[in-house]
Amino acid sequence: MTTLLEVKNVSKQFGKDTKALSNVTFSVKEGEFVSVIGPSGAGKSTLLRCINRMVDTSSGEIIFDDNYVHQLNKKELKKVRTKIGMIFQHYNLVNRLSVIENTLHGRLGYKSTLAGALGLYSEDEKLQAARILQILGLEEQIYKRSDQLSGGQKQRVGIARALIQDPKLLLCDEPIASLDPNSSKIIMDHLRNICTSMGITVVVNLHQVDVALKYSDRIIGVNSGKVVFDGTAKSITSNDIHQIYGSDEGKLIFDLGGSHVS
Amino acid sequence: MQAEGPIKSFSLQADQILDKQLRERLSKKPFSKSSIAIRTCGLLLTLLTIYAFISFDYKDVNFIDALLLTMDNLGKMFFDPHLKHFNFSHALFQVLVTLGLAFLTTIFGAIIALMLGLLAAENISSKPLSVVIKGTVALIRAVPTVLWVLIFAVAAGLGSVAAVIGMTFHSISYLVKAYSESFEELDKGTIEALQASGANWWQIVFQAVIPSTITYMVSWTFMRFEINFAVAVAMGAAAGAGGIGFDMFMASGFYFDLREIGAITYFILLVAICLEIFATRIKRKLQVLS
Amino acid sequence: MSADVFAKKRRNSLLLFLIVGVATIVSIIITEYNVAKGFTSVPKAVQWALSNFYPTMDSLAKLPDILVKLKETLLISIAATTVAAVLAFIFAVLGSNTTKVNRFFGSISRGIAILFRNIDVSVWSMVLLFSFGQSSFTGYFALFFGSFGFLTRAFIETIDEVSGSSVEALQATGATYLTVISQSVIPSTIPQMISWVLFMIETNIRNATLVGLLTGSGIGFTFNLYYKSLNYDIASLVVITIIISILCIEFISNYVRRMIL
Repeated sequence: MTTLLEVKNVSKQFGKDTKALSNVTFSVKEGEFVSVIGPSGAGKSTLLRCINRMVDTSSGEIIFDDNYVHQLNKKELKKVRTKIGMIFQHYNLVNRLSVIENTLHGRLGYKSTLAGALGLYSEDEKLQAARILQILGLEEQIYKRSDQLSGGQKQRVGIARALIQDPKLLLCDEPIASLDPNSSKIIMDHLRNICTSMGITVVVNLHQVDVALKYSDRIIGVNSGKVVFDGTAKSITSNDIHQIYGSDEGKLIFDLGGSHVS
Repeated sequence: MQAEGPIKSFSLQADQILDKQLRERLSKKPFSKSSIAIRTCGLLLTLLTIYAFISFDYKDVNFIDALLLTMDNLGKMFFDPHLKHFNFSHALFQVLVTLGLAFLTTIFGAIIALMLGLLAAENISSKPLSVVIKGTVALIRAVPTVLWVLIFAVAAGLGSVAAVIGMTFHSISYLVKAYSESFEELDKGTIEALQASGANWWQIVFQAVIPSTITYMVSWTFMRFEINFAVAVAMGAAAGAGGIGFDMFMASGFYFDLREIGAITYFILLVAICLEIFATRIKRKLQVLS
Repeated sequence: MSADVFAKKRRNSLLLFLIVGVATIVSIIITEYNVAKGFTSVPKAVQWALSNFYPTMDSLAKLPDILVKLKETLLISIAATTVAAVLAFIFAVLGSNTTKVNRFFGSISRGIAILFRNIDVSVWSMVLLFSFGQSSFTGYFALFFGSFGFLTRAFIETIDEVSGSSVEALQATGATYLTVISQSVIPSTIPQMISWVLFMIETNIRNATLVGLLTGSGIGFTFNLYYKSLNYDIASLVVITIIISILCIEFISNYVRRMIL
């Protein structure tokens, strides 16, 4: 399998002395399902946002699909971003718009400013949006306003918006942190399914170790802005988890999560 | 919890039967009341604006010349201010007079509004009384402040008495609305608990209602003070209330001295911006508290 | 310990009351406010109003003239608010932390808004009188400048409050700046913005009366004319028409708010 994403020696500094990331290096192959885990404030969100340059890196290289992301100009960056879908913890929908309008927002990156500003979508795009929503189980809600949906449904709209971009990579920033266990399972099942049956690479930030172990091919552990673990889900040991979370916390989490894995 | 079927596998190949169903669903777009209201509103406002521009009384003013003259005047005002008809300390004192007018108005307004606000809050007063007070207050608010001042000036003569009373009317109506709304947000249980312990109306007001809403009341009152300062400037100019507004009116209407207007504007701006910064601080502090 | 807390609280309240009391007395002295006259003038004013300040049959003859002026004032208020709203939106987008292009433009646009907001319409109208005379422009621009400053602040707050997260999502799809504004910021903020615009129209009608008094135009001038010539019956009719139009606008805006929010 070819390498889709390479992160090399990436560091990020906020202000003078807050170092969010230091010398982060890893790579992701095409079709892989990778989870980034670590305690809150470890720099997971920043790391994810560096990949599509929602946050600029201070130093280091990011290579996505043979593009040197950190060197691109504005126009080229926008083109690369169309190939990277993003899913957020708080869904980030325009609440007053309908489900299908929010889904179609995923096409805006492909449009000229004029067509985008006027919100002109072709019949094919609308049909495609409907197909995706149908697969995600939202066909009844197509014209419902987004603020009338449940959290799990909103996140599925978020997924639909990312999928209609026709992305190669999906970045998911804590996609289930605001959801109940039942909805969380549905969202994670969808993400796994997107990875397996569509071959889209998924990088997901999680803080639930058990979920990460259950769904991912590979796990990257981050603590205080550094990568402290990088390996398959099967190879991770309780010692590694202690390292990622700091010993006491790690023990607690692993004990809770362990039962699901075995 | 809604029932969820099994996760469907992703294939986005065209499926003619399914696509037909989806097309049908897409064609059934329901209309949304709110977007129609927004569009109608926008359209009406645009049409009224266009009509307004057509019907304006232009009085043969050459727009371009006048605009250039305005720029020139503003330049004189802001880049070349001076004080000619009075000195710096006089100006400073007049600013204090204007602040004093605003302060008196706000204090009188706050005291009266507190009493009326308690009677206008449905949860501590009665529904009919609340409706009557709120209606009266809305009526008072509809009359521009300057007209209140001029109406009182007939009885009291032009000057600070008419100005303060006229402006107080508006402050009362504004604060009654603000106070009574914060009283109404008060938790019902708090009042109930005190009633259950046998407290009377006054005790409930002083032990529960006022302590739990005091931060909001302070914030609203200060915001009104900020507004009242601007109103006091205007009343000095338009209704003989004295203060820096009157000097502004003289500089403009009698001496035609733009540079003096500029100097006065700087005085007013300085105070107004200080008040705004202060008000924003108070608001932010309260947001943290709540 | 607890007694101490109560004592401290009481001391603080006492201090606050003292400060407010002193400030009140100082204000009374420097503004030459006559407290006794203040109290007696209210019943006197009521008495006077009840015996003089109401329209008679004769004053109704002036109603058509008054309505023409009222219409002019209403139109100026609406036109000033809508155009100011468009400009304020542009400045708010540049000034908001969510959507600003860069820090420099952000500070500039916020600074301009602060300047315009804190110069009162009465000041604007006196300055504009020099160049635009007694034409509609004077009132129009005075209201326009004031509304622009106020609406910019209101819109900035609305944008930051409502559309922050969806702006991020649209930027991540690779959409251009203008597309993000029109597909995310506008749809999510438009109900609040319309609500502010309606509020501003209401305020501007009241302010237009003041501007009219100062510049000799519109409904404010009409009031002043009859007020100064002691025709209180007609002056009261002017006030009644203003009250009715403001209450109507308040009713309409409440209705629209219910529909769109």
